[in-house]
Amino acid sequence: MTPYFIQAFVYLCAAVVAVPLARRLGLGSVLGYLIAGVIIGPVVGLVGEETATLQHFAEFGVVMMLFLVGLELDPKMLWSMRQRLLGLGGLQIALTAAAIMAACLPFGIDWRQALTLGLILSLSSTAIVLQTLNEKGLTRTEGGRGAFSVLLFQDIAVIPMLALIPLLELPELAQSAATAITSAAAEHGHLDLVSGLPNWLYAIVVLAAVATVVLGGFYLSRPLFRFVAQSGLREVFTATALMLVIGIAALMSLVGLSPALGTFLAGVVLANSEFRHELESNIEPFKGLLLGLFFITVGAGIDFAVLAQNWMLVAAVSIAVIVVKAAIVYLLAGFFGIRFSDRWLTALGLAQAGEFGFVLLGFSLQNNVISVSIAELLSLVVAITMFLTPALFIFFDRVLLPRYAAGQPQRDPDLIDEKGRVLIAGIGRFGQIVNRLLVANDVQTVVLDHDAGLVDSLRKLNIKSYFGDASRPDLLESAGIDDADLFVIAIDDRERAVELTHYLRQKYPRLGLLARAFDQIHYYQLRQAGADYIIKETYHAALLLGGEALTRIGVHPFRAEQLKRTFLGVENETVEAMYQSWISSSESGLSPGYRELFMQQEAAIREAMRGDRSDRHSNTERGWTPPPRSYAEDAADSAGEED
Amino acid sequence: MPARILLLFAHPSQHRSEINRPLLDASRQQQGVTVVDLYAEYPDYGIDIDREQRRLREHDVIVFMFPLYWYSTPAILKEWQDLVLEYGFAYGHDGRELYGKQLLCAITAGGVEDAYRSRGYNHYTIRELLRPIEQTATLCGMQYLPPYALFGARTALDDGRIDAHIDNWRRILDCLREGRIDTEWAAAADKLNDCVAALDGATR
Repeated sequence: MTPYFIQAFVYLCAAVVAVPLARRLGLGSVLGYLIAGVIIGPVVGLVGEETATLQHFAEFGVVMMLFLVGLELDPKMLWSMRQRLLGLGGLQIALTAAAIMAACLPFGIDWRQALTLGLILSLSSTAIVLQTLNEKGLTRTEGGRGAFSVLLFQDIAVIPMLALIPLLELPELAQSAATAITSAAAEHGHLDLVSGLPNWLYAIVVLAAVATVVLGGFYLSRPLFRFVAQSGLREVFTATALMLVIGIAALMSLVGLSPALGTFLAGVVLANSEFRHELESNIEPFKGLLLGLFFITVGAGIDFAVLAQNWMLVAAVSIAVIVVKAAIVYLLAGFFGIRFSDRWLTALGLAQAGEFGFVLLGFSLQNNVISVSIAELLSLVVAITMFLTPALFIFFDRVLLPRYAAGQPQRDPDLIDEKGRVLIAGIGRFGQIVNRLLVANDVQTVVLDHDAGLVDSLRKLNIKSYFGDASRPDLLESAGIDDADLFVIAIDDRERAVELTHYLRQKYPRLGLLARAFDQIHYYQLRQAGADYIIKETYHAALLLGGEALTRIGVHPFRAEQLKRTFLGVENETVEAMYQSWISSSESGLSPGYRELFMQQEAAIREAMRGDRSDRHSNTERGWTPPPRSYAEDAADSAGEED
Repeated sequence: MPARILLLFAHPSQHRSEINRPLLDASRQQQGVTVVDLYAEYPDYGIDIDREQRRLREHDVIVFMFPLYWYSTPAILKEWQDLVLEYGFAYGHDGRELYGKQLLCAITAGGVEDAYRSRGYNHYTIRELLRPIEQTATLCGMQYLPPYALFGARTALDDGRIDAHIDNWRRILDCLREGRIDTEWAAAADKLNDCVAALDGATR
């Protein structure tokens, strides 16, 4: 047992240190994991040969991720994606494989090997790309959706590839077959129900398995979940969720299908289920940990000895792969209506080789299609292109996106045909309510949002909204900012909300700026940027719920109302001091002074709630207080005196 | 030294107001008058007791301005009384902060003046109906002045009675500021409107 504990500790330790650090530096968690892997693997040598085994285990994180992705997509959405899925995805694989094959042939590589290499390198990394898109909140952009449809198609395409590769066997390699490398294909090779079956029967088995997943998900899952949920045992629900995912993965591998695909399918089937969120929250941590582990093993698996010998070759091939893949996706994305910065996002996002590349590499090696030396080189190429992906995303964020933000947006902004007294930037769950209240009272509003899909769906609901980036000066002018009285800042991006506030305050000193803050720090930032009125989005809702909690444990509703008000009052009294302290401590780190103030505030709230004011009554009883019990006699006495 | 006047205005539906709003605006123009729109300042009835008590201390004449609702003040002004006139501040053993100040109501009433008498359908005069406020003032050691009232308020606009009412109000505010109200007369008068006639008589 002890070695396992030590190993697990080393892995966890690396993740705990490297990932928050990477995020803080703006590199994203994926790069953090990769670097952690490199450090504990090749650099320090704390972990070694077990990484390959661990990697297969960790690949299960990808399976879970696709289950979660499926949960987010209901069948209707999937159907509406079919064109991109087949068209963009299919062409991406075909063209990339062809281009890489063509590039290999002049170097004297056998066409069968060249084709295999093309197929292996045409796949991208679902794990890295989806994780990064998620983290950056780009999943719902056009570029994010484009990337996702390609990745999904690739996951499906792995299955025919696994069927094709054995046919490309090279006779000369077959002779020196017995390689020492444990193969990733083991999971596809060993335990298998269908290897001996004739084709027609195989087709039936596959269909039956898929039907089991779909119908089972549809009809059986609900009663099962309900039964388990009624037991009220959280861990049993977790176990059920895991059982579901693992069971489907097992079933799919048994019939030779991709487990990722199977769980994705199950996810789609369950997308409309009322247990969806419960499932999500149960699987999410497992997925996160396993994916993290997977990224670490990729980092740890980089063989520095081989790399040192062939670094020129590896670097050249890696860069070539990235350039070729990005170019092809960029080209295709244009045909499929993905434009401007989204086009770049899709192209750069899919430019790496992926984890299925590792799987196929091992499988090809086992089937004598490629030699050990090529496999070693290629696995370095795959790892390094994956390693470079976060860098590409950063490049996209820092270099390409600002350029597009300054130049053209993702879609031509709508012509704004009316001028409003109130401009609302961001029409998500927050801005929407603000807008509804104003519009219901015949206030002219102009609503801006950069999510084209959201704008379209709102327009269907007769809510006037316009597509466009609210931080663009020309758009603001055409929206009538010169005549507007108020500007409501409710965009989802924290930093951009602060920047927008700052910009508006500088440019339009007399415009009223109402801003939505996500939390306390955001509140300070917005205030510093010059917002006139800031509301913390969850604060009042939480207070309301807290009040309800008080009522339900027996506090009289009106008294609960008073307690809430006192709470709010004390907070409002101290907020100024806290803000000043925040300004002076700034630099994101909270100074001890700030912490002290916070503690003081908590104490003040406590005191206000229950302590007696030295002179009179307790604060919450300030209102409606009867005179003291002795009052009747006093009043009579004083009345007597006056008489 | 001129008296400092605090005008507490309570009107819950100001967008429909025909008289109180112009009356309030006129009061705002007047010298030495602090106007507080209670419903604007405390839309959720969360009256700041300390702030209101400070205001009371800083003024010599307190005016409640409101449309008469069920022979009484709109709710927020009652809330204001309940909260601000605390034991130990306004009344009780050491509660002498309001001692010697003046209090009056400036109201608008829907009924015609004839209704506010023992034979009328309201059975009581306006001063009688506002006795709770009068007694509150008395308990706090304040000097109570009779109300300044506009009767038949719903037709005042059509009858063209508003301008004269506002003019008179301006004069009353001046008198209050300069301490020219005859307190002995006021103690017995039913409403302050009558004092304008008396003033006019005096100046002519």
